[in-house]
Amino acid sequence: MQLLMFYLLGLGAVVAALIMVTNKRPVRAAMSLIATMSFLAGLYVLLDAHLIAALQLIVYAGAIMVLFLFVIMLLNIEEKEGRLAGSALLWQMIAIAVVGLVFVLMVSVVKLSDNVVPLGEAAALFGTTRAVGKMLFTEYLLPFEIASVLLLAAIVGAVILAKRRIDDSDQ
Amino acid sequence: MEQVMSTINLSAIYPEIILTCFSLLILLMQSFSTPRFKEYYGYVSLVGVLAALAFVVMEPSSFFAQTVVYSFNDMWVVDNYARFFKLIFLLGTGLTILISMKYLEDEAMQYGEYFALILFATIGMMIMASAGELITLFLGLELMSLSLYVLAGYTRVRMVSNEAALKYFILGSFATGFLLYGIALIYGSTGTTSIRAVAASVGKYGLYSPGLVMGMAMLVVAFGFKAALVPFHMWTPDVYEGAPAPITAFMSAGPKAAAFAAFARVFMEGLPALQMEWTWLIWIMAALTMTIGNVIALVQDNIKRMLAYSSIAHAGYVLVAFLAAGELGISSVLYYLLTYTFMNIGAFAIITALSGRGEPRVFVRDYQGLGFQHPFAAVAMSLFLFSLAGIPPTGGFMGKFYIFSAAVKEGYIGLAVIGVVNSVVSVYYYLRVTVAMYMEEPSSVREAEAAAPIFSPALVIAIFISAYGVLSLGLFPSSYVAIVKQSFLALQ
Amino acid sequence: MSEYIHVLIMLVLAAATAGGMLVATSLIGPKKSFIDKMEPFECGESPIVSPKLRFSVKFYLVALFFVIFDIEAVYAYPWAVLFKELGLFGFIEMMIFLTILAIGLIYVWRRGALEWDR
Repeated sequence: MQLLMFYLLGLGAVVAALIMVTNKRPVRAAMSLIATMSFLAGLYVLLDAHLIAALQLIVYAGAIMVLFLFVIMLLNIEEKEGRLAGSALLWQMIAIAVVGLVFVLMVSVVKLSDNVVPLGEAAALFGTTRAVGKMLFTEYLLPFEIASVLLLAAIVGAVILAKRRIDDSDQ
Repeated sequence: MEQVMSTINLSAIYPEIILTCFSLLILLMQSFSTPRFKEYYGYVSLVGVLAALAFVVMEPSSFFAQTVVYSFNDMWVVDNYARFFKLIFLLGTGLTILISMKYLEDEAMQYGEYFALILFATIGMMIMASAGELITLFLGLELMSLSLYVLAGYTRVRMVSNEAALKYFILGSFATGFLLYGIALIYGSTGTTSIRAVAASVGKYGLYSPGLVMGMAMLVVAFGFKAALVPFHMWTPDVYEGAPAPITAFMSAGPKAAAFAAFARVFMEGLPALQMEWTWLIWIMAALTMTIGNVIALVQDNIKRMLAYSSIAHAGYVLVAFLAAGELGISSVLYYLLTYTFMNIGAFAIITALSGRGEPRVFVRDYQGLGFQHPFAAVAMSLFLFSLAGIPPTGGFMGKFYIFSAAVKEGYIGLAVIGVVNSVVSVYYYLRVTVAMYMEEPSSVREAEAAAPIFSPALVIAIFISAYGVLSLGLFPSSYVAIVKQSFLALQ
Repeated sequence: MSEYIHVLIMLVLAAATAGGMLVATSLIGPKKSFIDKMEPFECGESPIVSPKLRFSVKFYLVALFFVIFDIEAVYAYPWAVLFKELGLFGFIEMMIFLTILAIGLIYVWRRGALEWDR
C-alpha cells in the first residue's frame, strides 16, 4: 500500500512537473506547478512529515503560487510559438545532458550510500505538529528567532524595491 | 505540565541582540519621525555598531583566556575565531556607514532602510561566524544575502543597479539552493546538522559515504559563490559595478570574510576527515581564482570592475592560506581579511568621493591628474592601492608574506609560486591608477565637467581609519599577529 | 497513515463532484453557439480592448506581504498546539518573534506600503 502510494504520487509529481516545463502558457504551467506541489505534499505524508505536508499546501501551493500568478499577470507574457535557433537548441541539449548526468550521479549516490550511520527508528509521533513544534521551540529556539529577523529584512526589502514611490515628505 | 528548558546563555548573543535592537529602532524612527531627522539614522546605526563592538571586545570571558562559550544546544559558538571575525564585520560595517552618509544625501536615497539593511546584513554575518550548526548557519547566510540583494539594487533609478540586484538575487538563490542541498546530504549521511556532531559521526563511522562527499562538494559551490571564487565568480564584476559604491565597499569586505568564516568552520571543524577529498579541489580553485582574477583585472577600465576582479584575486590568496590550514594558515587568513577590510573599504571610500552624483566618474581616466588637484585623495588612494598590490610597508605586504610563508611551510610550494607571480602581475593594474593620478594630465574636457570630489567629514574619518589600519598592520604587525594567533580555529 | 483515508475519500468525492458536473453539463446542456455568443461579455457592448491587461505592480507588493505574513502565521500553528506545554518560556519566545514582526507591520503601515493610490 505504502509503496503503491509512493509510486502513484511520485508519478503524479513527475508528470505534473513535465507538463509545467513543457507547457507554453504560463498560467497553465503555474497550475501544473500547484499539482506538483500537492503531490509532493502527499509524499511528505508518506514520510510521516505531517506538519511539513500541511505547510507545503498552505505556503507553497497557496501563498507562493499566488505570487507566481501575480508575476505572470504583471509581465503579461505574449504567447508565442517560438522556434529555437540552432545555438539555443545546442544549449538545450547540453542542459538536458547535464541534468541527466546530475540525475545519474544522484541515483548512484543514493544507491551507493550503504547506511553506515545506523538510522534510528522514527519516533511514533515523528513529524506531527506537536513533535516538530517541540523541536522548534526548544532545541531550535535560536534559528526560530533568527527567522523573524530574516522575515523583517524581507519586508523592508519588498518595500524598498517594489513600492512605486517612497517619499519622506508626506509622512 | 512539564517544564521545557533549553540551555540558553543570552550573554553569548549580546552583540547580535544589540544590533537587532538598533535596526528595529531605525525602522521605528523611519516610521514615526519627520524627514528632518533623517541625517541621524547613520549616527544611530554607528552607535549600534560601536556598542556591539564593545560587547564583542569586552566580553566577560576574556579574549586571551581562550574561552569557548557554547550556547543554545551547541548551535551557537563564541570562540576567539568568531570574536575576531565579528570584529572584522563590525569594522567593515562601521566604515561603510561612515562613507555612506554623504552619498545617500547626494543620491537622494532613502536613509532609514539603508542603514537597517546594512545592520541586518551584519547580524547575518555574525551569525555565520558563530553558527555551530548548519541550519543556523544557513539562516545567517540568508539574512546576509537577502539584505545584500536589496542593497545592491538600492538606487532604483539606475538601470545597472537594478541589473546588479536581479543578477545577484537569481544567482545567489541558486547558490543558496546548493547550500541547502549540501546540508541535506550531510544530514542524510550523518544524521545531524551540528558541526561538531558531524565531525564526531564522520570520525566514528569512517569517512567514505558518497552522499557525504557530494554534500561537501555542494557546500564548496555555495561558499565559493558567496566568497566569489573561480569558477563561481561570474556575478562579481556586474554586481560590484552596478551596486552603489559604498555598498560595493561593504560587499567586498564583510560578506566575503563571513563566507570564509563559515567555510573554514564547516570544513576544518566539521569535515576534517574529508581533507583528502577537498584539498585538491581547493588547490585548483585557489590557483584559478588568483590567476583569472588578476589577468582579467589587467584589462579593466572601470575602476569598480577592476576592484571587483581584484577582490576575486584576493579571495584566491585567502584560499591559499585556508588550504595551508593549521595555526599559521588560519591566522594568516584572519590577518589578511582584516587588512583587506581596511584597504578595500579605503579604496572604495575614495571612489565614492570621486564618483560624483549618479557615479559617472568611475573610470581610470577620471583619475588623471588627481595628484595635483586633490593631493590628499591621491596619496590615500595610492596607499590603499599599494597595499592591495602588496608593496611594503603596508598591511597588504605583511598579509601576503604570512600567507605565502604558511603555504610554503605546509608544503604548497607550487601554489605559493603561483601566488607570488600573481601579485607581481597585479602590481601593473594597481599602479596604472597611481600613474594616471600623478603622471598624466587631465584632459581638458574632463577637467571642465569634473565636479569637485565630495569629502564629507565622515568620509575623511573613514579614510583616516583605513589608512591607519593599513599602515599599522604593515609597520607593527607583531601586536596584530599576537591577537590573530589567539584566534585561530583549532583543527579538532 | 490511516487517518489520511478520510482526506483521500474527500479528495475523490470532490474530484468526482467537479468532474461529474462538467461531464453532465456537456452531455445534457443545450449547445447553440454563434459568433456573438462566443465573445467575452462586456455589458452588452462589443469588447474594445484585449482583456489581457497588465496588472499593476501594486498587486505584487500585496502578494509579497501576504507570503511573508503567511509564513509568520505558519510559525504560530505549532505554537498554538503546544501553548500549554511550553508555558511561559514559549510565550516569551513567541512574543519576541511577534514583536519583531509587528515592528515590520508598523513599518509597512507607516511607510504607506499598504495604501493603494500613492
